Amino acid sequence: MSANAQMATKYKNSFLKEVEEQVEMGEWVKMCMQCGVCSGSCPTNFHPGWEHPPQEIFMMIRAGKREEVLTSPSMWMCTSCYNCIVRCPRKLPITHIMHGLANYAHRLGVAPKMQPTRHFAKLFWNNCVHTGRVNELKLSMGLYFKDGFSQGIKNGMAMKDVALGLLKAKRLNPFELFGGHKCKDQNGIHAMLKKARELEEKRKALKAAA
Amino acid sequence: MSAEKKVAAYICKGCGLGDRLDTDALVNVAQKEGKVQLARSHDFLCSAEGIGLIKNDVASEGVTHIMIGACSRRAKTEAFYFPQNAVARANLREGVIWIRPDTEEARETTQEMAEDYIRMGCAEIKAMSAPAGNPNTGSSRALLVVGGGVSGMTAALEASRTGYPVVLVEKSGHLGGWAAKLWKRIPVHEPFKAPADTGVTDLVAQVQADPNIKVYLNATVAKTDGAPGRFEVQIATESGSVASEDIGAIIQATGAEPYDANKLPELGYGKSADVVDQAGLEALARAANGGPMLKPSNGRPVRSVAFVQCAGQRDASGQHLSYCSGYCCNASIKQAMYFKDNNPEIDTTILFTDLRTPGNGEDFYRSAQEKGVVFSKGKVASVSPAGDTLTVNFHDLILDDKEAKLEVDLVVLATGQVPNSGVNIEAQSKPQAEGQEEGGAAEVEAKPISILNLQYRQGPDVPQLKWGFTDSHFICFPYETRRTGIYTVGPVRRPMDLAQAREDATGATLKAIQAIENAHLGRAAHPRSGDLSFPKVRLEGCTQCKRCTVECPFGAIDEDEKRFPMFNESRCRRCGTCMGACPVRVISFENYSVDTVGSQIKAVDIPDEFSEKPRILILACENDAYPALDMAGMKHNEYSAFVRIIPVRCLGSVNTIWITDALNAGYDGVMLMGCKHGENYQCHFVKGSELGRYRLSKIDDTLKNLNLETDRVRDLEVAITDIEHVPAMINQYADRIVEMGMSPFKSF
Ligand code: SF4
Ligand code: SF4
Ligand code: SF4
Repeated sequence: MSANAQMATKYKNSFLKEVEEQVEMGEWVKMCMQCGVCSGSCPTNFHPGWEHPPQEIFMMIRAGKREEVLTSPSMWMCTSCYNCIVRCPRKLPITHIMHGLANYAHRLGVAPKMQPTRHFAKLFWNNCVHTGRVNELKLSMGLYFKDGFSQGIKNGMAMKDVALGLLKAKRLNPFELFGGHKCKDQNGIHAMLKKARELEEKRKALKAAA
Repeated sequence: MSAEKKVAAYICKGCGLGDRLDTDALVNVAQKEGKVQLARSHDFLCSAEGIGLIKNDVASEGVTHIMIGACSRRAKTEAFYFPQNAVARANLREGVIWIRPDTEEARETTQEMAEDYIRMGCAEIKAMSAPAGNPNTGSSRALLVVGGGVSGMTAALEASRTGYPVVLVEKSGHLGGWAAKLWKRIPVHEPFKAPADTGVTDLVAQVQADPNIKVYLNATVAKTDGAPGRFEVQIATESGSVASEDIGAIIQATGAEPYDANKLPELGYGKSADVVDQAGLEALARAANGGPMLKPSNGRPVRSVAFVQCAGQRDASGQHLSYCSGYCCNASIKQAMYFKDNNPEIDTTILFTDLRTPGNGEDFYRSAQEKGVVFSKGKVASVSPAGDTLTVNFHDLILDDKEAKLEVDLVVLATGQVPNSGVNIEAQSKPQAEGQEEGGAAEVEAKPISILNLQYRQGPDVPQLKWGFTDSHFICFPYETRRTGIYTVGPVRRPMDLAQAREDATGATLKAIQAIENAHLGRAAHPRSGDLSFPKVRLEGCTQCKRCTVECPFGAIDEDEKRFPMFNESRCRRCGTCMGACPVRVISFENYSVDTVGSQIKAVDIPDEFSEKPRILILACENDAYPALDMAGMKHNEYSAFVRIIPVRCLGSVNTIWITDALNAGYDGVMLMGCKHGENYQCHFVKGSELGRYRLSKIDDTLKNLNLETDRVRDLEVAITDIEHVPAMINQYADRIVEMGMSPFKSF
């Protein structure tokens, strides 16, 4: 049984309960009073990809719309601007709930596959944990070629002038593509991340079992 | 007053009056034109020395009538307090120097203004006499409380503790009212997190233990006669016996009923026993006594429940209540907690369109959310029984899902309050005013049973405002009904919860006590509280037209056996509406009459038509417009020197003869300033400004007969806050008059 199916069975018809127990800060969702201030404050609300502003996401959770919420790209659109948190009269940690939901959907494997912010987040993470430093050249290349080779070339061409400018200003080293520099104690970083993951897995397993 | 009338005029030179005005000329005007026997000026009239001067003149010169030319009549009332004498005030400070620029060009018109006010003051004082007080006082200090619910019991206890005996009449066989049927109440103390004990048992015990409170159970008020301080009340008990009580003031705390849920079949009421109203749920909770609540249909524990807010309320279709009862959101939150506190696993959903939680309800709401009560913004379309459960079909307003459904064991309808206010005495006589929305079911259904059985010509119960709620001045005097000495409290006055009802009862009890004391002293109740004048009628001149009896907003005038008006002074609020209404002008007060105002109008010096100095008469309501004008003066908001302002008790007291006289005398315009009327009225005398305006709407004919432009008379709605607005309106009107040209009546 997939992780998603497992959870769906476990919580049957109470998605709210599932969110409360499984999602970081999910216990706050019930406290929303549906005033809509968060939605009105959210800068990404003007973006067409933002199908459900926070207020709606919270209502959907209460209405048990599990599938729709978890597969929605909405949580991935949050820019962490914290406007909503600052303004929510009920003091909900909205930004954190948004990220909590995104993370939960990702863990269950139901998050929208090629959603750009999700894709970028993954690229960034893999890039960064590898050497302990972000390799900016590889990171941007990875992003350019997200939608295939020819689109990648097109994106690269579009940014050509910027790249040349950076080269001239010695802010870009093309040899970084081959290896690149690393942090001093790469093994230490890896060990630290491994430990952190262990702790996290343990905590989540405990929560899922609860 | 003695026959020897001696009038003295005093002109103050303080507060800059002496610098801005030629006060010697004013003294001269008082003497020569005002024809007062004595006229003096003083540097600082409200000082001990100034007051001493006046007192000395009263004592040794035999002065009976005092005209003070100084500040507004609303200022220095304690200094210029001469209860034995008739007193008139010419407003030279707020009304003249403070609203005129201190410039050379303005000097002449400012002085003219001041001189006119002196002429007016002298004319007024001569038409006045010191009010002697209403001789027809009562002696009863007892308070009658009708209704033994929380409001009524609170009122009874408050009055008793203040030292007033109470007679409490309760229709049913026990005290407690609706509150006694509740399991718990909405909390009123910190931390507002859980339902609290109703406290009714304790309240009942206190009432029963109080030797000062006489309780009649299974009893109704069969007859109420008299006036404040001397009501004679007959109390009929179920056994058939009738008791008589002498009563000083009355508190009507007859409460409300839940709106009849049988009118909501679409919400499943009557179709399934598992659809209940809030009262029904309280009964279930009481039966459960803290244990699990059981489904009425099959006695099995409730596992899920939905609360439908605004059931039959805030209804725009005209079928149900159009208003919000205000307490039911909090009540549903409380009831949802009954379930959650017993068993957190029970699904409780509150379906609302707007959740309204007054008082400290916000904390209570939050607490319910913490306990896991789900709140969904949705409009319920129907509730249909589906086998063992119920399906609630609603439009989810956040997700815009019109087909949203909820499957539950029990549905609770929040149906709201319908007042028990007795007979709607105006239902037949008065067609609905224009623009007033349809009253809905509650209004159509007149309740035929009177509560007070008043032996008033105007009908057996207190007048209602809307939807059956009793009328009271919502903004300023929420407890005062249109029947002096009778106060309505609790949900009969407006929808409310227990906490509000208790507050209401406490406030109204104090007002009732004031009414009792005022009635004893022969003085008016609010808003002219303490006023000793009262209407006197010259019956020889009365044509029995009944205008006064019909128009008196307070039901103060009955008819005697010869069909002449019979004034009940203690019921009277001294608004003067009767005086304004009387076509033969036989009604007057000692200090306010057709003559006191009429002679002021005539006293103004009208410059000829070539002078380019128009004269505009302003009759300003003393409750809002006149204070607003005074405050405009304090802020030095200037206005035209062409106006002459006379305060009136109410627009309702304005007799059309004043306007006709003014126009005939050559005034170029007349402005009337009164409070807002209609449904959201602000008139201190409730109907006064409305009646006055109605009367004055007929003035157009008079203007036509005189061949004058209709703009020569203008009606302005003024609120006490219009401090900037009123001067602007005056100036605009003055410009309009200049534009229209002078009145052709100057030369006559
Ligand atoms: S601002 Fe807060 S309370 Fe209001 S809708 Fe958003 S999350 Fe809910
Ligand atoms: S923090 Fe995220 S959800 Fe909140 S306003 Fe900013 S972008 Fe919107
Ligand atoms: S109209 Fe006013 S002044 Fe006249 S009797 Fe009624 S309350 Fe008194």
